[in-house]
Amino acid sequence: MKTTYREAMRTAIRDALQRDERVFLMGEDVGAYGGCFAVSLGLFEEFGPERIRDTPLSEAGFVGAGIGAALGGMRPIVEIMTVNFSLLALDQLVNNAATLLHMSGGQFNVPLVIRMTTGAGRQLGAQHSHSLEGWYAHIPGLRILTPATLEDARGMLWTALEDPDPVLIFEHGTLYNVAGDLADDAGPVDISSAAVRRPGQDISLITYGGTLPAVLDAATQLAGEGIDAEVLDLRVLRPLDDAAILGSVAKTHRAVVVDEGWRSGSISAEISARITENAFFDLDAPVGRVCSAEVPLPYAKHLELAALPTAERIVAAAREAVGTRG
Amino acid sequence: MTGTSARGTGNADSDHARHLLRQMLRVRRLEEQCVELYSAAKIRGFLHVYIGEEAVAAGVTSTLAPDDAVVATYREHGHALLRGVPAGAILAEMYGHVEGCCRGRGGSMHLFDAGTRFYGGNAIVAGGLPLAVGLALADKMSGRSRVTVCFFGEGAVAEGAFHESLNLAALWQLPVLFCCENNLYAMGTALARSESQTDIALKAAGYEIASWSADGMDVLAVEEAARRAVDAVRAGGGPHFLELRTYRFRAHSMFDPERYRDKKEVSRWMERDPINTLRTALEASGQLSAKDWKSIQQDVDTEVEAAVEFAEAGTPEPLEDLTRFVYSERSPE
Repeated sequence: MKTTYREAMRTAIRDALQRDERVFLMGEDVGAYGGCFAVSLGLFEEFGPERIRDTPLSEAGFVGAGIGAALGGMRPIVEIMTVNFSLLALDQLVNNAATLLHMSGGQFNVPLVIRMTTGAGRQLGAQHSHSLEGWYAHIPGLRILTPATLEDARGMLWTALEDPDPVLIFEHGTLYNVAGDLADDAGPVDISSAAVRRPGQDISLITYGGTLPAVLDAATQLAGEGIDAEVLDLRVLRPLDDAAILGSVAKTHRAVVVDEGWRSGSISAEISARITENAFFDLDAPVGRVCSAEVPLPYAKHLELAALPTAERIVAAAREAVGTRG
Repeated sequence: MTGTSARGTGNADSDHARHLLRQMLRVRRLEEQCVELYSAAKIRGFLHVYIGEEAVAAGVTSTLAPDDAVVATYREHGHALLRGVPAGAILAEMYGHVEGCCRGRGGSMHLFDAGTRFYGGNAIVAGGLPLAVGLALADKMSGRSRVTVCFFGEGAVAEGAFHESLNLAALWQLPVLFCCENNLYAMGTALARSESQTDIALKAAGYEIASWSADGMDVLAVEEAARRAVDAVRAGGGPHFLELRTYRFRAHSMFDPERYRDKKEVSRWMERDPINTLRTALEASGQLSAKDWKSIQQDVDTEVEAAVEFAEAGTPEPLEDLTRFVYSERSPE
């Protein structure tokens, strides 16, 4: 069937609400407004205000309440409008959600799912455009998902709700309108492995989330130049699928990591480090990276574009890696 | 309210008053033991004792049902003990032993116990309030008549999480009782130096939450206030708020030289020691004999001695278990 990323996500939420009465959605404007990005549009009318629960603007309060409700036996889905706003709930996420199981010696797990929008590309300026999922991937106790395809938008949520521990789902804002075909019987997918989106022999382009379309574009352009790129979609930033990353590099001997986060102290740095730690002698070229410019994202369209990973920059990085002969 | 005037002379009342006295003494002796063990380097980390404030935890917890939940702060040994966490498991936790209530993963500031629905042990000031709101939300959505009690100090009132939590609880009419343990100092910062409005119950009333204050040095007054509030919460009356005015006799932690308060002020409050006050009142009204008091003390001493022995005999968790409990351990399907 034809659908969009947004609709696939909505179908996943509806499916979860129907399957398990402990599930409810809570967040700012998820109900009467229909969701800031219209993901939950119509669900308020369908499920009512108890289960599609509008909250005040109080991220620490409602994220913490989601943790408490999870401890109390519910299966909350908490929506935070954007990753930048999640910083207002950082205490609850890092000091409670991620630590309670450990501090309690294994007694209190937190079966909570948090969804939020991430990323740039919509001229929203420096307080609505950052990609901080890599920060969250730093935290033991959290699982970090970055659905980039319709299948993952449809399928990751239910598996996340079945996880006994907190799961954060980062939805890149530019993906919501992506349209395509989704199998009629599409359903839950795994939330532990990376996926090869395009097999190739010459170089591994490793990415996740919002930059997957640009990376696939780049791979198509590279194919026209005789460079056969493999595209690996990480899907999960914590825990990283080391076997998939190293397996791809063992085959292609070259890697470029594409990450919309800033380069310094980033998830791309972590991936690059793991490759050099574990596959150094497989490499025929230094690991390349394409990240965002180290600047708070600007509003002006030409500046924002210049700051972000684009297919052109990815192609250039791949050419450089392939041009380096081992 | 004049709580400690000997109200009622029935046997049940006397038994109950003696029970409260015993509960406060259990906390006092456990805390004194903690200080001693800290000085002997058996316990490390930060240690915050509850000496002087016992009437608050004893009075409030005595009104709770077994399946009610408690969320507390980093000064929570007493709350855990009074909710039924064994003294031995509490001390073993501070020893960092696997027999501790959190296997030594939490320490003094992070006591948890699933069996008694004791949800910490939260060392981020005001961080526990949103959790309590969520626990109450789960109960309300599931149609259960349980109460969640959240303890926090008056320092928490300055945090945003306090205001967000009170608003949510009132907006959604959740079954939660907020208990502000107002001991007048947030570490070393006096209430009047940190709040533009020092009437804390008034702040809660601003959120349309029924709130009142009680003398936190008088266990009977605390209990009466808490019973009224807990009954109202359980009956579906929405969140309630108690400001319990109390005082910390000891330093904030073991690293506090107490430069911020006058020794005379401490002495004045110590004259209102909640244990002595109740004991004296019960003795005066003939509800506590010398023999009764001696027996209570002996029982408590025995309990604490046994707890120390239990903790001493504990074992460190094997190093190969270091990374357990970061994620849930799932049994193979």
